[in-house]
Amino acid sequence: MRRQRFRLPDGGRVDRAAEVAFSFNGRRYFGHKGDTLASALLANGVHLVGRSFKYHRPRGIFGSGSEEPNALVQLGAGPRTDPNMRATTVELFEGLRATSQNCWPSLRFDLRGINDRFSALLPAGFYYKTFMRPARLWMFYEKHIRKAAGLGRAPDGCDPDRYEQTHAHCDVLVIGAGPAGLAAAQAAGAAGARVILADEQAELGGSLLSEPGRHIQVGDGTPADWLGATLAGLAGMDEVTLLPRTTAFGYYADNFVGLLERVGDHLPGDDGMLRQRLWKVRAKQVILATGAIERSLVFAENDRPGIMLAGAARTYVNRYGVAPGSRTVVFTNNDSAYAAALDMAAAGVGVEAVVDLRNQVEGDWPRLAREAGIPVMQGHTITGTRGRHRVSAVSVMRLNDAGDGVAGDVRQLKCDSVAMSGGWSPAVHLFSQARGALTFDEQEGTFRPGEAMQAVRSVGACDDAARLADCLSAGVEAGRSAALDVGCDGAQIAAPAVGEPALGPMQPAWRAPSDRKGVRMFVDFQNDVTAKDLDLAVREGYHSIEHVKRYTTTGMGTDQGKTGNVNALAIVAQQLGAEIPAVGVTTFRAPYTPVTFGAITGSHVRGLFDPVRRTPMHDWHVEQGAKFEDVGQWKRAWYYPRGEETMRQAVDREVKAARDGVGILDYSTLGKIDIRGPDAAEFLNRVYTNGWKKLGVGRCRYGVMLRDDGMVMDDGVTTRLGENHFLMTTTTGNAASVLSWLEEWLQTEWPDLKVYCTSVTEQYATVSICGPKARDLLAGLAPDMTLDPQNFRHMSMQEGTVAGIAARVLRVSFTGEVGFEINVPSRYGRALWDALIAEGELHGITPYGTEAMHVLRAEKGFFIAGQESDGTVTPLDLGMDWIVNWTKGDFIGRRSLSRSDTVRDDRKQLVGLFTSDPETVLDEGTQIVATVKDKPPMDMIGHVTSSYYSPNLGRSIAMAMIQGGRGRKGETLYAPMPDKVIEVTVTDPIFFDPDGQRLNG
Amino acid sequence: MLLIPCPWCGERDVHEFHCGGEAHITRPAGADTIDDAAWADYLFMRQNPKGLYYERWNHAHGCRKWFHVVRDTVSDQILAVYQMDEAPPDIPGRSS
Ligand SMILES: [Zn+2]
Repeated sequence: MRRQRFRLPDGGRVDRAAEVAFSFNGRRYFGHKGDTLASALLANGVHLVGRSFKYHRPRGIFGSGSEEPNALVQLGAGPRTDPNMRATTVELFEGLRATSQNCWPSLRFDLRGINDRFSALLPAGFYYKTFMRPARLWMFYEKHIRKAAGLGRAPDGCDPDRYEQTHAHCDVLVIGAGPAGLAAAQAAGAAGARVILADEQAELGGSLLSEPGRHIQVGDGTPADWLGATLAGLAGMDEVTLLPRTTAFGYYADNFVGLLERVGDHLPGDDGMLRQRLWKVRAKQVILATGAIERSLVFAENDRPGIMLAGAARTYVNRYGVAPGSRTVVFTNNDSAYAAALDMAAAGVGVEAVVDLRNQVEGDWPRLAREAGIPVMQGHTITGTRGRHRVSAVSVMRLNDAGDGVAGDVRQLKCDSVAMSGGWSPAVHLFSQARGALTFDEQEGTFRPGEAMQAVRSVGACDDAARLADCLSAGVEAGRSAALDVGCDGAQIAAPAVGEPALGPMQPAWRAPSDRKGVRMFVDFQNDVTAKDLDLAVREGYHSIEHVKRYTTTGMGTDQGKTGNVNALAIVAQQLGAEIPAVGVTTFRAPYTPVTFGAITGSHVRGLFDPVRRTPMHDWHVEQGAKFEDVGQWKRAWYYPRGEETMRQAVDREVKAARDGVGILDYSTLGKIDIRGPDAAEFLNRVYTNGWKKLGVGRCRYGVMLRDDGMVMDDGVTTRLGENHFLMTTTTGNAASVLSWLEEWLQTEWPDLKVYCTSVTEQYATVSICGPKARDLLAGLAPDMTLDPQNFRHMSMQEGTVAGIAARVLRVSFTGEVGFEINVPSRYGRALWDALIAEGELHGITPYGTEAMHVLRAEKGFFIAGQESDGTVTPLDLGMDWIVNWTKGDFIGRRSLSRSDTVRDDRKQLVGLFTSDPETVLDEGTQIVATVKDKPPMDMIGHVTSSYYSPNLGRSIAMAMIQGGRGRKGETLYAPMPDKVIEVTVTDPIFFDPDGQRLNG
Repeated sequence: MLLIPCPWCGERDVHEFHCGGEAHITRPAGADTIDDAAWADYLFMRQNPKGLYYERWNHAHGCRKWFHVVRDTVSDQILAVYQMDEAPPDIPGRSS
């Protein structure tokens, strides 16, 4: 067994038989199973673990849990690495690798420590003052500042671990398994409630894990005896779920609480292992037993390594069997630090003195300390510290009579550690997130839970209990009453009797005086905010704590100011001459401690990130080597390159074929809504801008639907299948939203209409064929159907058999060619497709994808909802006055089409654009100007909405929305690009076959 | 994470619902005869009260039914749920 210099010979809960090797900054160390990284480092005498954010000052381990501001390390390497991990909450495992952050080139010799020498030049708001004006210089400074001040590195690859999420419901959720939480869970469980007990630590027990019980008795035994018996009791209750290593990070509405369970963080890790589980718990009752967080004291040079919280020092001694040093000074304003002094003394650590800011120190705990021979210096303060990488001495002076300055001689106390306590702040984070009100306790100088807004109780140290007896009785009481509130009235238990010393009053001390003016006293250790910075912010006019916080960055680090926020608030209040509650408290926001993106994402990664929808003919497209594009969740064939074809070559070929021979398109993704009921025609009449009542059975009609503000929402062809039966089609991406839209109007505005809407998108496979040979192709497969142009007219429907499959065939066209849309039940989609391809061989059938479809429709000037229209475009803007029937009565959006804004003649209107060079294809989204200036800004009068090369026209074409565009036909406009200006001429947006001759061919 | 009591399905997580904004906005009849300002008021203007808010919700990932909710915007508490064709209920001790 290798020697760990500061490991005490006995005591603690670590497994001394199990030695664990780990590395820190490349050096190998040993600890024990049960250690945290922090306790193992301290056992090896390592206090210096990092550099501060701004000044790069040496910083040591400060706390013993999730409150830790200083000891942030980078864990692991490669893709499995995590920055900003608190060494105090990282469980030690064999092979753990940790490195310091924010230091260069090394931890002990950090060149940027030079910032510290020039700290006078880095006052509060330094970044705002120096770099923000002129704004463009920020770009230059930013990358240097970010490099100098970075906290950690991101992983360099895909996360190899697995994460999962689970939902849970319970009667009583108890958060925190310290004495109060355990008692509450026990009482609720005994009463018959379904309980979840979660605690962020690896071992349940909270403060009891650090309680040696030398001065405290629970029932007939020690606190540890009670803990053991209680845990055994809870483990035996079927309806109690114990969740160690589980942090309640967020408390949301209706008792919804997010828990993060670290399933595998304490293990070396294998690829694919379950690392974390996110619990989404809905609890009927919540009991918060989240304990209290010790505050630091704000005194001169309080940030040297070796200076830590007294409670943390006590935890290291009692729970981990580690001495924080060999000679220590305790500095306090309350009795709790005396327990630390006593425990350290009992463990053989030399306690030089307890320096107590209070004048009267007479309670049980100070008496025990004095009896143990520990010098108590009441009415004294620490006025400064020494030591480069570790504290080596503190200077102590007497407080003056007013308590606001120092008097007498300076005494130097040599030491290698300081244990300080500024009092305790109830951990009200979750209570506040649950929208509970906080009240200020003058006596203890802290915020406590006030009126709750949800079914939540606070018990123990996070409420108002400082002594174990109060924690246990409050826990039992809360557990019982929560159980009763959910109707569980089973067995009742009693809290055990506790014998413990009394606690004397604390004395708020927000800033310990010093004889040295201007000396730095740190309030926020992680972000290097000093008391002086706060003073300056107040002098510069920042009077709201929310503003002071952002200006100085106090409380904005990864620790969210858990140990320093109340101090900062009090200092600001003092400076303003205001009461603390009047200055307010900064908002507590989730998460309580950082949550990984992995846990938030859960299993929604890779193939499960978003559902993928495929058409029945998908495999054929894959076999043919199609390139795909995503349209909503659909995979659509984009184009089908042959051989070495480029995209442009393939699309040109497909577009030509659709006009010269026959093209075939998989159109199954088209949204389809089955609309039935005696009022279906009336309903369509109100939903679309044109008239629907006179549409004959078996006929199709194109419609545009608007929102009630008159803006185009969607368009498509609807077929009347029967007197009371229609089949509506929508654009691929809008199918779901159109159905919701129809439902909304039917349910909320027109409940009197008897209409039913059903989505049938996936019930039908749709194949579109078009081109001069489309009719011949179809005729070969549908010998029973009447296909001659006189009897099967454009915009009509026929039912029959195609390739032996029952089909509904629509004669419609989105390309300007003769076209047929063949709908068959989905499961016949592939068979139909194969039959068409086989039969089409002699006609030179060419499959085309969505890109060719877009070019074909653009050649015809057909708009696409969501491309030409973007939610700010009326049908009149699109030049589609013909689709609006003003005489049929009201329809959605009608009144808006005559609003003063929608009738302006300088609205953007749909036009075509020809570039002066026919080979130039404009970028979609390009801004158009009438007058080119040397440099921006220029007046932008419109933008390009669609732009393609048209092989049928042998030149580029573009559609654009241009202010007053219809009045500009023939005008020359400009598209200013970074490297050139492109000249364009405004044209009609119908580029090809403007009279529609081909449709009737 | 609000728990919303759908009148047909019972309490469900807010993720299953779509909020349709303020309730009881009357779509003007005879729209042709009203002026732009009145039409714009119907289209665009909504309350943003601190306190009782009467809203429309749709159980979009459930029964797809629309219904009304009275929610206190201060506490996020849902105080009543009622059908589309019902008048807003009185909330004891509260005035809207
Ligand atoms: Zn429902």
